[in-house]
Amino acid sequence: MTEDARKVTTGTAAPTGATRAAEAEGPTGAAGAAGAVGGIGEVRAAGGTEEAGAAGSTGEARAAGGAGAGGAAPGRALAGWSIKVEKRPEISPFWMAMAPVISVAMALVCGGIFLRLTGYDPFEVYRLMFKGAFGSRYGLVETVVKATPILLATIGVSVAFRMLLWNIGAEGQIYMGAFAASWVALSHPGWPPFVLLTAMFIAGAVAGALWALLPALPRAIWGVNEIITTLMLNYVAIYWVDYLVYGPWKDPKGFNFPLTPQFSNAAWLPCLGNTRIHLGLVFGLVAAVAVSVMLSRTRWGYEIRVIGENPAAARYAGMNIPRNVVLVMLLSGAIAGIAGMGEVAGITHRLQHGISPGYGYTAIIVAWLAKLNPAGIVVTSFLFGGLLVAGYAVQIFGIPADIATMLQGSLLFFVLGGEALARYRVKLVRAGGPAGRAASVTPRLGTG
Amino acid sequence: MEQTAMAFVTSVLAAAVAAGTPILYAALGEVVTERSGVLNLSLEGTMLVGAVSGFLVTVRTGSLAAGVVAAAVAGGLIAALHAFLTVTLKVNQVVSGLSLTLFGTGVSGYLGKPVIGVPTPVSFKPVVVPGLARIPVLGDVLFNQDILVYASYVLVVALWFFFYRTRPGLHMQSVGESPETADALGINVFATRYAYTIIGGMLTGIGGSYLSLAYAPSWIEYMTAGRGWIAIALVIFAVWNPLRAMLGAYLFGGIDALGFRIQVLGAIIPSFFLKMMPYIFTIAVLIFATARSRNYRIGAPAALGVPYERE
Repeated sequence: MTEDARKVTTGTAAPTGATRAAEAEGPTGAAGAAGAVGGIGEVRAAGGTEEAGAAGSTGEARAAGGAGAGGAAPGRALAGWSIKVEKRPEISPFWMAMAPVISVAMALVCGGIFLRLTGYDPFEVYRLMFKGAFGSRYGLVETVVKATPILLATIGVSVAFRMLLWNIGAEGQIYMGAFAASWVALSHPGWPPFVLLTAMFIAGAVAGALWALLPALPRAIWGVNEIITTLMLNYVAIYWVDYLVYGPWKDPKGFNFPLTPQFSNAAWLPCLGNTRIHLGLVFGLVAAVAVSVMLSRTRWGYEIRVIGENPAAARYAGMNIPRNVVLVMLLSGAIAGIAGMGEVAGITHRLQHGISPGYGYTAIIVAWLAKLNPAGIVVTSFLFGGLLVAGYAVQIFGIPADIATMLQGSLLFFVLGGEALARYRVKLVRAGGPAGRAASVTPRLGTG
Repeated sequence: MEQTAMAFVTSVLAAAVAAGTPILYAALGEVVTERSGVLNLSLEGTMLVGAVSGFLVTVRTGSLAAGVVAAAVAGGLIAALHAFLTVTLKVNQVVSGLSLTLFGTGVSGYLGKPVIGVPTPVSFKPVVVPGLARIPVLGDVLFNQDILVYASYVLVVALWFFFYRTRPGLHMQSVGESPETADALGINVFATRYAYTIIGGMLTGIGGSYLSLAYAPSWIEYMTAGRGWIAIALVIFAVWNPLRAMLGAYLFGGIDALGFRIQVLGAIIPSFFLKMMPYIFTIAVLIFATARSRNYRIGAPAALGVPYERE
């Protein structure tokens, strides 16, 4: 297929059976279209009027109008605008590379319009955001601090996404990792640092893995939709941690705040100099390299990629998909669990309410923006860490920090759209009469 | 004693209907969308946007009708974005839905900041249906509700009729089952998918506004608390049937209402465990529904989630 032309009609446009027939008929062109009008017209006329009436009442844009008029006036029905989307004959590498840049710019422009409409000066807000995240040593350190759990969670979800396994549960897996690591830290405060931290690391990874196993098993056995189950378990994990920090684990000397007593010093991850950047960053970078090597160099990585790209082929090749579903989810959850361990051992030094402000959800966006590429994930995590810090930075000026979440979401759909536009061409076409339409349609199809 | 027990049951059931209504609207919206072959996972974000826009407009204008219309328009806009990305540009439907969920969450938080804690001038209040409300138990449960609840009854029946008894309804299903065949029959697959995705988004937006204008009634950040996702699970449980979606929505509403009642009664179970219940219940129901329909994919539109490429 060299050419792929199709039309999406807008509300006003009305392609009738005639145009569709023209496309289906292909190279025969105008004559074929004219010939087809009768046939399609008849089919449509059968339910013509009643259909048009019902369609109108539901606001449906599908054009039964031509048929309602008895198929006698295709010319009138064709008048109007229509959007044509066609595959570009060749994809320019330049535009493919520029697409993300333009998309990000577009997202910022849209965010700017939104800010303007709600009464803020977009340039000033963006300047404050940039300065807050990257303009000072403090900002940069905080950006890295926030990027650390995002990096780990993203590496975790990206492994699952490679297999088109939708682990949306990184948030819950982070909470469970944080819970298990805290449990070890609080129950064995006297262990030597290396032993205690290793035990916390293992506990965090195991808890995250087990939390991911809960949705993995029903998916592997019965094909239960893992998007919903992983997501529902996020809420359960968050309430579980809330139960502990508001209830049995609450610090008696904590002035009733929802947090546990502080861990002993042995449970603190070492930091870089006197900053808040902790060893979790190294975990994240190691995970990125390890996953990258695993996916590109090992048999298991090869299986994951094949299953993700072509499950049918994988099955014919004798790959065990259910087994891989379970294993990949375990790995994915374990890495997210380590992110939770890093937060309690490296930053808060205790378990507390809201230990992750949505890192698990940010991870989903980062993973797709980076096209699941581990090196890209490292860079994108850093930028998104900055975006979060920027959101907090403008909060002082009365601007809701949600601007960061909003930009995250819009960034992804602009980038998705931008890439698609690099591959497809969208044209707004003023449809003339039937002859004009036929002329514009047939030549393109002639090559197809 | 008998009387108080009865009154308790009635009040829980009535609360179940009210709590189930926002989920019902969202689930009906998703049934419409999925029946045309588009999987829209942005319900959680769309509901939030609907809730905040409905609330903002009602606070500004003092009109509930304007609020609901605003919610429907806002929901339709989010859905139109999803349709453009997935139907026209053929972006992965799951990824698009997730990005719009986050976008919607962010937008609602941003827009709603100034009205947190602001009371609405008006909110939907129960209107007793004369006659029908006299039916023992059921009358109090079903016919002592607000107008949006009554509208949802009508909607359920109307959608059922539309799907199974009208020509456009059948056309819509054919687009979801086999777009190639529908196309060959002269049905515009792309326009159909756009239309039903947008209608689905509008219904979801109305569901969100039910939370902020009738159920709560106020604006609280992230007030949907997973209801959008529960609605998606409900669609599978309901095998894409509006009547079953209604039943399921009230079941979820019942769990919600019961948890709240138990909390009020001062039970020994910590409230956090009661709050987990709807989510655990959703997982259980989903496993049950999927295991039962295994290998048959009963009711799922065959082309669900598959972008249509015209040869």
